[in-house]
This record gives sequence, C-alpha cells and structure tokens, in this order.
Amino acid sequence: MSKKLKKNLKRIIISLVLFAIIFVTNLILKYAFGSTYPYGLGSVLPFKGYEWLLPFFLYFAVYIYIGYDVIIRCGKNIANGQVFDENFLMAIATVGAFGLGIYRALNNQEAEGFDEACAVLLFYQVGEWFQSYAVGKSRKSISSLMDIRPDYANAQRNGEYTAVAPEEVKLGETILIKAGEKIPLDGTVIKGTAAIDTKALTGEALPRDVCPGDSVISGTVNLTGSIYVEVTKEFYNSTVSKILDLVENASSKKSEAEFFISKFAKYYTPTVVISALLLAVIPSVITGDTAVWLYRALSFLVVSCPCALVISIPLSFFAGIGAASGKGILIKGSNYLEKLNHANIFVFDKTGTVTKGSFEVTKVTPKEKTDEILFLAATAEQESNHPIAKSVAAAVTVPPEAGYTLTDIAGAGIIAKKGSDTIYCGNAKLMKTYSIAYTPEMQPGTVIYVAKNGEFKGSILINDTLKEETRKVISQLKRMNAKTVMLTGDNQKTAEAIAKEAEIDEFKAELLPQDKVKEIEALLNNKNPKDVLCFAGDGINDAPALMLSDIGIAMGAVGSDAAVEAADIVLMKDDLRGIAQAKKIAAKTMRIVLQNIVFALGVKLIILLLSAAGITNMWFAVFGDVGVAVIAILNAMRVNRRSKKIAE
Amino acid sequence: MKKTYKIEIDCALCAEKCEEAIKKIDGITSCSVNFITQKMTIEAADGDFDALLKKAVKSAKKIESDFGIEL
Repeated sequence: MSKKLKKNLKRIIISLVLFAIIFVTNLILKYAFGSTYPYGLGSVLPFKGYEWLLPFFLYFAVYIYIGYDVIIRCGKNIANGQVFDENFLMAIATVGAFGLGIYRALNNQEAEGFDEACAVLLFYQVGEWFQSYAVGKSRKSISSLMDIRPDYANAQRNGEYTAVAPEEVKLGETILIKAGEKIPLDGTVIKGTAAIDTKALTGEALPRDVCPGDSVISGTVNLTGSIYVEVTKEFYNSTVSKILDLVENASSKKSEAEFFISKFAKYYTPTVVISALLLAVIPSVITGDTAVWLYRALSFLVVSCPCALVISIPLSFFAGIGAASGKGILIKGSNYLEKLNHANIFVFDKTGTVTKGSFEVTKVTPKEKTDEILFLAATAEQESNHPIAKSVAAAVTVPPEAGYTLTDIAGAGIIAKKGSDTIYCGNAKLMKTYSIAYTPEMQPGTVIYVAKNGEFKGSILINDTLKEETRKVISQLKRMNAKTVMLTGDNQKTAEAIAKEAEIDEFKAELLPQDKVKEIEALLNNKNPKDVLCFAGDGINDAPALMLSDIGIAMGAVGSDAAVEAADIVLMKDDLRGIAQAKKIAAKTMRIVLQNIVFALGVKLIILLLSAAGITNMWFAVFGDVGVAVIAILNAMRVNRRSKKIAE
Repeated sequence: MKKTYKIEIDCALCAEKCEEAIKKIDGITSCSVNFITQKMTIEAADGDFDALLKKAVKSAKKIESDFGIEL
C-alpha cells in the first residue's frame, strides 16, 4: 500500500467513525429522549427555529475533513476550465444537497439530508480508495507475471566478479551466473553446466540443460550450478528488454472496445449533466416543487462519471495480455486480443509449425529386415550431413560399419564399396541406373531404397512427423468454429497425407516461398469482411506473411528479431498449444469486457431512471458511481485468475 | 526521439484527457499516457525535448493537479 493510500485510509476510517457517532447520537436523542430533544441533535442548542444549525455544522465539518481534496481539486479544475470533471460534479452534488437541506429548514420544512450529503462524499471517497487499491493490486499481480527484469549482472571488475547494472555490461564481456540467479543478458556459455528454467519466458515447465557452447537467454533463471557466459547482446538489445518493451507498450495499442469507451466517456458526462439541468428546471417550473426536482438532479450528477468503464475495460485487456505473457504468449496490443477472439481462419505453415520440421524414419519395408536395412543405409550415409541421412542415423542402434569407400551420385544416392561388397542406397533413379529390381514404396514421403551386391533389400520411408500437440490443437480450433488451412512447399501427396493426419480442412501444396504470400492474399480477398485470418509460422522466411495476415503468430521466436518484429502475437515456445490458449484467453477477456460494459452502463441507466422517478436516493447514486467501478475492477481481475487456470 | 517516463496519475479518465492535451502541443508527434502501467511515452522531433516535456507536464497538471512525474 502506498503512502497516499495509507493516509487516505486513515482519513476515511476517522470520518466513518465521526459520521457514525453523529448519526447514532442524533437517533438516540430523537427517539429515546424525544421529549427533551424533539429534533435530536438540533435541540441541543437553544435556538428556536434554527434546530438545523448544529447537525449542519457537525456533518459539514466531517464533510470538509473527508472531502477537502475533492473541493480543492474542483476549484483548480474550474480555474483551468475543466468543468466535466468528477471532482467538480461530486462537489456540486454534495454542496447542493447541503444547500437543499438549509433551504428546506428556512422554509419551515424538516431539515434533513445533511447526513446524506456527508455520506455521499464519504462513500465516494471509500469507493475511490477501493478503486486505487484494487487497481494497484491488479497492476502488481499482473506485473509479477512479467517479472523477468534482471536487477544485476556479475561482471568482472578489477579482477573480481561483482554485481553491476546489466546496462553497464559490454559486448564480449564474461559474466558469472550463480545458481538461483536470473540470467541478465543474452550470451553463450563458455564454462560450466546448469539447468535453466525458462518458464517465465516460454511457459515451458521443464528446465533446459546447458553446457559450454549453448546459448542462454536473458530473463531465464539458472537453477543449478555456476556458469560463465560470454555476452552476445547488450542489455537494450537483449531478449528481456525487447519483451518488456513489447508487453509494456501493448496496452497503448487500443482495441475497438477501448475506443468505444473513450468516445462514450466524452459524450456521457455532458449528456448526464445537461439532463440533470433539464430535470432541475422543467419539472420544477411545472410542479413548483423545486426542492424535490433539484434533489433528483443532484443524484444525476453523482452517477455522471464513466469511471467504472474507463478503468475496467483497459484493465481487463491488460490482465488478459499479462496472463498470456505468463504463459509465454506475447500479445502486442489489446486490439490483437480483441481480433483473436473473432479469428476463424487459421493458416499454418507446414514445416516447423504443423510438423516438427525434422525428419524421422516412419516405415521400413519389409518389416522383418528393419535392422539390416537401416544398418546398411546408415553405413552408406555415415558421412552425409543431409537431414535425411541424419534421420536414418537417429533410427539405428548399432554404429555403422567403417572402411567403406563412399561415392556420392548427385540427385540419386550413395554407393558404398568395401572389398567385394557394394551397398546401393538412394532413390528410384539409383535403382534404375543399376538395373536393380525394386518394390516401389507407394506411401507419401521421402523414400530410400537399399540394395546390396545387386540384390534389393528393402526401402525406408522418411517423413516429417506431426508435432505431438498438432491434432489436439487443430481439433480445439475446429470446435471454436475455425477453418484450418495448411501451406507447404512439399509435393501434393505428402501435403495431403500430413493434412489428413492432422485433420486440417484445406491445404495448398508445392508453393514457393513467394507463393505463400500470394495464397494468403487470395485468402484475405476471398474472406468475409467479418472473418479474421491468422497466420502461424516459425518466423523463418515468414515475415511478409506474418505482416500481411490480420494476425501474424510467430512460433518459438525467442531470439528471432525479424519474426518478433513482424508478428502480432509471439509464442515464445515452439508449441501450437499456445495458439489455442491465446484464443481462449482472448475469449475470456472479451467476455469480461462485455460483461463490464453491459453491467456498468445498465446499472447507471437504471439508477438514472429510478432517481429521475424519485424512487431511489443519492445513496444509490453513489453506489452507481464508485460501487459499480469497484465491482467492474474486481471482475476485470477475473481475466487474470481464470486465464491462469487455462490448461495447456 | 521517444522517451518513456514513470508517472503518477490517479484516474483513468484524466489520463485520457492528459493524453489528448499533450498531443495537441506543437512539436509533440505522439503521446500515450497509460493509467494502468503508470507510464507516459512522448515522441517528438529532435530539438528541445526538455522544453517540450515541461510543456507537456504543465498541460497535464492543468487537467489533473495530482499528476506526478519521475524524471
């Protein structure tokens, strides 16, 4: 709690106590000792006809104590020409209520309403206090999700490692990160090993092991062991700075809901104030009952501040963005969160997004000769760096046989010779060239045929495999009524197989990188104006597509500047589940935003109508102002709490 | 040049009003007063930034007298 809040809390408590004492004493005197004090407190002073004086002064004293800041601010605002200001309206309403009480008393009616006038301002202050408190709390709890800013770095100064500000560390310096410390700058490990917790950045729960040569990212935490890291990026350029910058600026990119509220706020207050004026004048002239209508008009002024909306709507978005960033999903603006809720066309890049982007042996034919075939292929391809060769190497358990002379036949395969043994390993072309009778593999993917000494042994089918989460995410998106599309440079057969396996609705195959952009353009042109198109890619060569689509989602983009720059939403972890999560968070946020708009406007409107009809009094009106604001703020915070609960 | 300052502002509506007012100052190209993060960002053409900042603070204080800034 800040100093100001503490001070105000004390003031509120004292005022509440004083108010209660006066209120209760008055009641006791009036009802228990009615014969001596027929006017309650008013009868204590022996001024006949001026019984209102003492209650007025007592309540007014409390009023000044609790509300002097409102009055002062009101005065300053009038001087500066800010008429439709909350303080001004509150002051007018309450001073007016006091005046009305005196007016009544002077016209020989019962002097009432001083307690109410005082209480309205008192409760206004209570409400304001709760607002500040709740907003402060929310700000803290959301910011704690983004608590990745490192406080210091251990750099070498005068031959010793001492803590310095991360900003002071230069490129190429070596820093020491001990167990439990936050990694302050991006760099490469040069000594030591450690397990790194990247949860704050990527939402990934499993720690990552690093050893010399591995890169580490600022904002992550070293869990075990000390490591020495050579700094590769200065602080202002480091991942942590970029992310903080991005998230903190996110709330300044406004959503349509926020624009609506700003616009609404501009007209709401003047409208209510003018209605209040009309309400005070017209019926008074007709009925002649000025006091009644003046009172109702004053109640109007109390409800005339749109604060509940102006605070709670941006706060809901901020909470949504904060909750997302806690899961490693960076959303660059409230507007994207809003759009994501309506997103119904999801376009995916295939390699690295829908699939792992690494090749795996998925089938060996004939099955009973698997070990032999893989061993032969691995032997032939032992010196190759091609991803296909690597996938074969990854599939065998025994080391390949050494001593072969390897000949690379470009575009066909490899021939390995040792003594009288010859291994043929390659595609159909190779088999045909050496007139080896082979059994063609009909399934989609990359096929390697293996033969030894002219005799066909079998074939290996290699495919890029789906990520584990792909099917689940696609079905989740479909349940949210979204259409899914896959773009790929692969051939028709392979693309079809992957799309079928992942249950993606549509696919476009054999696309060159520039064709992908054209495809997205076509999709954008053919969609309904209401449809929102999301493109998700791994960020490599995707920048134009990311920028072109309504929402560009960069996957696993830690450290990839171009992708972070071009995308609207950045998934820190290369995991498709982030897309479904982000959409869920967007839906929760938008639901709460809508609730708050309807609730705040509804309550205000009802109170305005009821006050105009004279059914409710100023007590309700003050609830309509600050009470609604506090409830809306508390509701906004549910975004944060509920988003945290969203399962992976 | 673009600079961000930590500010103290008590009401969300005033933050918007301050933002509007600061945007109108000659020489300031863009401004955002963020009530939630309690931050103000001012973008202005190179030149006398400090003078512009002073003007911005002055016009903000005119709207919300409790407006505070950490320099």
